[in-house]
Amino acid sequence: MTVPAGSETLAHHGEHMASAFDATAQSQLPMLVLIPLLVGLALVPALGLLRRRLAYPTTLISLLAFLYYSLRTLFAVMAHGELEYSLAAWKPPIGIELSVDMLSAFMVSVIAVIAVLVAIYASVAVRREDPEKEVPYFATMLVMLLGLTGMVLTGDLFNLYVFFEVSALGGYALMAIGHKKAPVAAFRYLIMGTLGASLYLMGVGYLYVVTGSLNMDDVAAIIMHQSSNPAVQVSLILMVIGLGLKMALFPMHLWLPDAYTYASSTSTAIIAPIMTKVSAYVLIRMLFFVYDTETFLRGTPVGAVIMWLAMGGVIVGSIMAIAQKDAKRMLAYSSVAQVAYIGVGIGLGTPLALVGAMLHILNHAIMKSCLFLVTGSVALQTGATQIKDYAGLGRKMPWTFLGFTLAALGMVGIPPTNGFFSKWYLVLGGIREGEWVLVVLILASSLLTAVYFFRVIERIYAKVPEQATNDASLPKTAEAPLRMALPVLILGAGVLVLGLFNAWLVSAVIARALPAGMHVPGL
Amino acid sequence: MSEALSGLLFDRWPYLLTVVLLLIGLYGMLMKRNLVKKLIGMNIFQGAIILFFIVHAYKHGASVPVHSAVLGDAPEAYMNPIPHGLMLTAIVVSVATTGVALALLTVIYRRFGSIDEGELLRRLRDRE
Repeated sequence: MTVPAGSETLAHHGEHMASAFDATAQSQLPMLVLIPLLVGLALVPALGLLRRRLAYPTTLISLLAFLYYSLRTLFAVMAHGELEYSLAAWKPPIGIELSVDMLSAFMVSVIAVIAVLVAIYASVAVRREDPEKEVPYFATMLVMLLGLTGMVLTGDLFNLYVFFEVSALGGYALMAIGHKKAPVAAFRYLIMGTLGASLYLMGVGYLYVVTGSLNMDDVAAIIMHQSSNPAVQVSLILMVIGLGLKMALFPMHLWLPDAYTYASSTSTAIIAPIMTKVSAYVLIRMLFFVYDTETFLRGTPVGAVIMWLAMGGVIVGSIMAIAQKDAKRMLAYSSVAQVAYIGVGIGLGTPLALVGAMLHILNHAIMKSCLFLVTGSVALQTGATQIKDYAGLGRKMPWTFLGFTLAALGMVGIPPTNGFFSKWYLVLGGIREGEWVLVVLILASSLLTAVYFFRVIERIYAKVPEQATNDASLPKTAEAPLRMALPVLILGAGVLVLGLFNAWLVSAVIARALPAGMHVPGL
Repeated sequence: MSEALSGLLFDRWPYLLTVVLLLIGLYGMLMKRNLVKKLIGMNIFQGAIILFFIVHAYKHGASVPVHSAVLGDAPEAYMNPIPHGLMLTAIVVSVATTGVALALLTVIYRRFGSIDEGELLRRLRDRE
C-alpha cells in the first residue's frame, strides 16, 4: 500500500557522503555555542526561585558566554570554513549534525549581540515594568534564544522543526508578558505560528517520503535531479507558505502588529529583530541550500511569487506605518515592510539581491531593536506611548533619542548608515535583472519610510510638549538610566559603524555566506 | 470508475483521510470564532500531519525494527522506525504548544471574561 520510505535511496549515501563531509572540519564549537544557553536555562529558574535578583546576573553570564562562543565560531568559520559536530557521535546522515557554515555563524552572531544588549536593558526595564515577572521573563527569553540558535546551527530538517517550536513556545510566552491585551495577541500568534510550523513539518514529510533522509546536505544531493517529482514541488510550496507565515510575509502578516504592540517593550525588542529574521534564514537555507536554486527558484514561479508578495508587503507595511498613532504599532508595521525587503532579496535570488537580503537581516535587527528599546524607555520614563506625546522629548532624553535618530536614519537609508547599503544591494540586484518596477518601488518605499520617521523626529526635536505631566509615579529625571540608555546608544552607533565598515562586512562575511556557485560580481 | 480514482479510494484512503483532517483543522483554526475551537482545530491539524507520517511509514507484513535471523537482512521485512520516532517528538511538541495555549486562554478568560474572538478583537481596538 505504501512505498517503503528510503529503501532505494540508502544506497546513494555511501558515494556522495564521502565527498560532501570530508571537506568540513570537525569541531566542538557548534555545541559550545548551545551549552551556555542550556546551562543558563537550568540555572535561571533554580536560582531565581532562591532569590529573584539572581535571575539577571545568571542570564547575563550565560549570554556573554553564548556571545563569546558565537564570535569564536564566526572567526573559526572565517579561518577554516564550515564546521560540523555530530550529536552523540552518530555520523550524518543517520545522526543529527550541527553544521555551521558562514551563513549560520553570521546569524548566530547577530542573535548573540542583540540578546546581550537587550538583556542588559531588560535588567532595569523588566524590574520596573513588572517585577514579579523577572524570573519567568529571563527564563523564557533563554528558551526562545535556545530555539533560535538551534534552528540556525542544525543541519537536520526535523531537528529544525523541533527548535522552531522551542523558539516559538518561548516567543509566545514572552509576548504574553506585557500589556493587559497581550495574551490575546499572543494566542492569535500561537495559532498562526503553529500553522506555519506544521506546514513546514508537512513539507519535511514530503521530502522524507522522497529521499528517506532528513540531513540537509543529503536531501539536497538526492533531490538535485528530481525537480519534476511532484512530491518535491509540493514540499517546496508547503515550506514557503509555512515559513512565509512565520516571517510575516504579506499577506500573512496580520498576526504581527497586535503581537508586537501589546507585548512589553523588552519582549518586542528581542522578538522583533530576530524571530522573523531566523524564519527568513530558514527560507534562505531551504531555497538556496536544500532545493536546487536553478530549477526551483528560477524554473518555477516560486521566486517571482515571493518577490511580488514581499514587494506588496513593503508598500502596504510602509503605508500602514504612516497611518499609525501608536509608536510601537508604527514600528510593528514598519517591521512588516522591512522583513519584506528580505523577502524581495530572497525572491529575486541573484547573488547581489541575496547579499542585500542577508545584510538587511543584520541591519534591520540592529535598527529595529534600537527603536523598540527607545519606545520602551520613553514609556517607562514619561509614560508616553502615542507619537503625539513624543513632542519635545529630544531635549529631555538626549542620549536615548540620539540612538533613535541614528536608527531612524538607517531605516530611511541615508548614505553613511547601514540601511542604505542593504537597499543599495537590493536595487543593484533589481537593475541587473531588469526589474525596473522593483527598483522604483524600493525607492518609493524609502520615501514612505522617510515620511513616518521624519514625522516622529520633527516632533521630538522641534515641537514643545503641550502640557507638563504631573504624574508622581514617573521618575524625576527624564533621561533613561545608564543600563537602558547604553544598549540604545551601542545599537545606534552600530548603525553607523556597520555602514562605514560595510565593504569589509560584505567581502569578509556575507559574500562568503552565499551558496556554493554564487559569486558577487566585483568582489 | 477510473483506475487512479479507485486506487486512491481503496488503496490510499488513509491519505484522503489526512487531507480531510487537514481541511477540518484549517477550517477550525481560521473560521471558528471561539478560541477553544481554534485550539481544537490546531490539534486536529497537527494530528493529521502525525497521521500522514505514520501512514507513509506503514509497510504491509513488515515486522518490528529489531534484526532477527528468521527475517534476514531484507529491508522490506522491517518497519522503518524513524517516522514513528519523529512523530513521538512531534506529539510532545504539540502537547507543549497546547499547554501554552491553554495557559494563555485561562489568562484571557480571567481578564476579559470571554473567549469569543470577535468580542476580544473589539475590546482590543478600543482605547482604555
